[in-house]
Parts: sequence; structure tokens; C-alpha cells
Amino acid sequence: MNDVSRYHGYRASDDRDDSNALDCRVQKRLGDFDLDISLTVPASGVTALFGQSGSGKTSLLRLIAGLDRPDGGYVRLGERTLTDVEQKTHVPIHKRQLGVVFQEARLFPHYRVRGNLTYGMPPAARSRFDDLVTLLGIGHLLERLPGTLSGGEARRVAIGRALLTQPRMLLMDEPLTGLDGERKQELLRYLVRLTREIDIPVVYVSHDAAEIVAVADHLALVEQGRLVAHGPLDELMMRLDLTDRLGGFDATTRLSAKVVDHDDRYSLTRVVLDDGQTLRIPAVDQPPGTPIRLSVGVRDVALAHAMPEGTSYRNGLDTTIEAIEPSPQEPSANEVRLLIGRQRLRARLTRQACDEMQLEVGKSVVALIRSVAFDSRF
Amino acid sequence: MLFEAIALSDAEWQAITLSLKIAGSAVGWILLPGIAVAWLLARHEFRGKALLDGLLHLPLVLPPVVVGYLLLLSLGRNGWLGQWLYQGFGFSLPFTWQGAAVAGGVMAFPLLVRAVRLSLEAVDPKLEAAAGTLGANRWRVLFTITLPLAIPGLLTGTVLAFARALSEFGATITFASNIPGETRTLPLALYTLIQTPGKEAAAARLCVLSIVIAMISLMASEWLARRARKRLEERDR
Repeated sequence: MNDVSRYHGYRASDDRDDSNALDCRVQKRLGDFDLDISLTVPASGVTALFGQSGSGKTSLLRLIAGLDRPDGGYVRLGERTLTDVEQKTHVPIHKRQLGVVFQEARLFPHYRVRGNLTYGMPPAARSRFDDLVTLLGIGHLLERLPGTLSGGEARRVAIGRALLTQPRMLLMDEPLTGLDGERKQELLRYLVRLTREIDIPVVYVSHDAAEIVAVADHLALVEQGRLVAHGPLDELMMRLDLTDRLGGFDATTRLSAKVVDHDDRYSLTRVVLDDGQTLRIPAVDQPPGTPIRLSVGVRDVALAHAMPEGTSYRNGLDTTIEAIEPSPQEPSANEVRLLIGRQRLRARLTRQACDEMQLEVGKSVVALIRSVAFDSRF
Repeated sequence: MLFEAIALSDAEWQAITLSLKIAGSAVGWILLPGIAVAWLLARHEFRGKALLDGLLHLPLVLPPVVVGYLLLLSLGRNGWLGQWLYQGFGFSLPFTWQGAAVAGGVMAFPLLVRAVRLSLEAVDPKLEAAAGTLGANRWRVLFTITLPLAIPGLLTGTVLAFARALSEFGATITFASNIPGETRTLPLALYTLIQTPGKEAAAARLCVLSIVIAMISLMASEWLARRARKRLEERDR
């Protein structure tokens, strides 16, 4: 599970430079629904297309993939024009070099898993077969027929099959839909590991905020066929006005940290933030020095003027208040944004507490976080 | 004694082998065009589709004699197509076993197309789209996804067509006549015996033979289709 470094040699495409950025402006009318979106997707990392069912995110993905044609606009991947309505250009699907993972796995029932994986594999990708199969944990399934696979297994095979075509970009349409809780978490862990290993951009469609927080680097928020917000996810998660959309009641903050050491006796791990402050979190199975991503709910952060004595809080971070705003949905609460070095942390407090503590922008406070509140599974 | 009673006479053998040869050739020449037309109808929208569909089904609803007569008109030595065949290749179809194969093929064509079309339509277009995203062009999609998944229907259609060609009578006797050793297939031989006084026993033997051959081909098709389906859905949950 943990020798991820073994796969760092995995490159989906060797002749890649920064030319895999996607630039599109598409219009499409589908009955009463009207899609009109301009979007750029960076050449690396996972960009989530996020929105409710029927917001148009899957339609956008299909337009990018070439499964549908837009009524107007263009889609460009790096220098290459995939679709341009004015120029009457439309590169057919099979020449787009885009890996697509559909909501259903869509494995070919008459091919074994191995045959599915190699269906679109050029000879040059053969050397990557074994690594990818190991990374996805599907080595023991190679001789099975798709009908015998579980939902999670089938999707892992579908992801492998798409990646083995050496695509310039990977498009994933809600790959976790329809899986039960445990399978979902399992596949999500595979996805997170995978997206760190591959060096092609990933477009990831989802309506689940927790899923997005786990995998995405960038976010494009889609509503009723329009792009509402777009940018690095960490920044958007700090936008108090987007709280409703990004998690709402269960909104979270993501923090980047590095493993320092492990306390085996209590099964705790100490991690350090970029400003040098440390946190204790439930043990993570990673060697010292490994960068990890933590998430903590906005309701799990308390504030104090100073670190209290005799408390169960394991973590107290020195922070500065950057913003305080009333919670959009919850009349009793304020959303508070805190600065820790270059990173930001959010807390949701009662307005009463804010008033009694006389919290104001610019004040220094200690953010109290229980160790067990951290989620570092991804 | 018993063996001699059951053993087939030369004339009977001739009728059987000739029938199998003619029906086999009939299926052979319509198989590829049939699949092509079925694919066209199953996967494409075009102008005149309804008309083509209707024309294809004509042999199913027309009296076979009409079909045979139309074949004679077009493929006879003076027919527009037959003239060209005769002058160009010195080749004439009426009154030959090849002609009987043409008649059987024409009559079997709609059955083949129907069965293949149904099985092609049952193939999930989403799988074909997925193959496209994996870099397969439409031909590769057709030969690696669509056709293999439609194999049960292809087999059924082929056997149906074979059985139809085997039992073909009206179009054959009109177009290719009833020539012993050339175009006298099982149904035609049976018809001839029925017309001949005192041949009731011989007619009954051919009757039984026809039933046996039909049963064998039906069972073979069932077995093949089940095997193909099993391969496709092996241990499917």
C-alpha cells in the first residue's frame, strides 16, 4: 500500500509538456436546458466540475470528450483544436486521446479484464501495464470476466483501461456513484493515490463535496448551465459566500502538512505545517517527511485567547483572524477565517461566542482542534 | 431387412445433398449483405429508411410465386440483370442450382436481417462509445464490440435463414424449375412424389426426412446460441 514512490516513474505520456491545458467555450441547448460555459483547466492536477444533478457538468464533460457536439464555441487541448463550431472542426472521439471513465464502468462483457485493459493500449504503454495494475490493485482479476467483478473492482479496471491508452487528459464522470459507503471510500483512496501518480490533467465530475475535497486541486462550480466560480479549491473553500455549495453544514478546511514522527504508544502522528507549528493527529501510516493532506470540519475548530490548561484539546494553533461573516444558513453562527502562516483555516462559532470574546479581524487567537477531528485518510 | 428399409435411396440422397448445398449457398451469399443491411437499419438514420425496410420485408408477405416470377423477369436471360450476366460472363441463373440458391436467399433475406437487426439493436451503444474513447474507429468498434456481442442473434438469424432456404418451394419452382439432380430439392421432390400415384410411401419417407433435418438445425441453433450467450454472460450476477 505504501510504496507509492515505486510508481513515481509512471508517466502517462512522455512527450508531454505544459501543452495539456484545456481551454473551452461551449454553448449547447438541450431541450429547456441551456449550457454556456467558458472554462480553462490547468495542465496538471485534478479539476473538479462540481454541481448538483442537472447542473450541466456531465453535459460539459461529454462536449469535451466529443461524445456530443456543441452548438457554438470551441474546445482546445494545448495547441490542438478538438472542436470549433465556426471552423467546422470536430475531431472524432477515437482521435482525441482523451481517457474517459464513465459513471458505469462500461467494461466489455466478452473480454476478460486483461483484454479490457489492453483494448486501447498502444505498444508503447506496455511497460506501464504492470505498474498500473499494481497501483489499482487489480492484478488478481486479470483473467476474470467483467460480469464477475464487484462495482468497485469494475471501476478500477475501467480507470486502468482509460489510462493505458496514454491519454493526454483523463475525464471522469462521477466514478463513485452507486457504490456503497465502504467501497466508495476504498475506490476514493485508489483515486487519490492515482491522481498523485499520473502527470496528466484530470477532469473529475461530482456532486459530492466530500469527494471533491478528497481529490481535487481545482474547482469549477457549475450551476444551471453556467460557471459560478472557478479556481484553486483551497481558495474557493475559504470563500465564506460559497459555504452553502461547498459542504454547507459539513464544510471543511484542507491543510497541507508533513509527517514529523509517530507516537506508537498512543497511535498518534505529529505533523508540521509550513509555518513550523505542529499538530497531533491520529496515526498515519507514512514515513517522516511525507507530505499529507488533512481535512478538518469547520465545526471542529474552537477559538480561545490563550491555550487553556488541563484541556483535552491536543492542538492549539496561533492564528490571526482574517474575516468574520454571518453564516449563510445558520442564524446562530458566524463563519470565521483564520490565517496560519500562508495557510488558512475556517471555524464556525456562535455569534454569542464571537461577541463575548470580542473577536475582530486582525486579532490573534488560538485555534483549538481535537486530534480526532482530523481526517487524513486521503 | 430393417436396414434396407430405412436406408436412403439414391434419389433421396440426391435431394438431401442438393437441398443442403442450395440452402447453404443461399445463406452464404446473403450473410454479409444481410449483416450490412441490418447494421445500417439498427445504427443509422437516413432518408428512405422506411422504404428500404418495407422492400426488405416484401418476400415475407408476397406469394413466393410472385418473387420467383420477378426473379425470372430480372435475372432471366432477357431480364435487365440476367442479360448483363449472360453477355458479360456467359452465366445464366434460371434452371440451375445456383438459381435455386438465389431464390432461397431472396426468400430468407428478411428473416436474417430481422434477427440480426434485433440483436444489433440490443448491443448497448454506450459500450460502443466507450470503445471510441479508447481509440477504436467505427470498423474496429463493429468487429470487436458490436458483432461479437450480437453473435447469439447472428446465429439464430443464420439458422432461420438456412431453414427458410431449405423449405423454399414457390420461388424456386418458378425461377429454377424442378430438374432432378439440379434444382429438385426436398420440397420439390416431395411435391413430385405427391403428384405421382402410388408413391405415398416414398412421399411419407421424405416428409419424415424433412422433419428430422429441420429438428437438427433448430437444435443446433439453440445449442450454438446458448453457448454463445453463456460465453458472454459467464457467471454474470
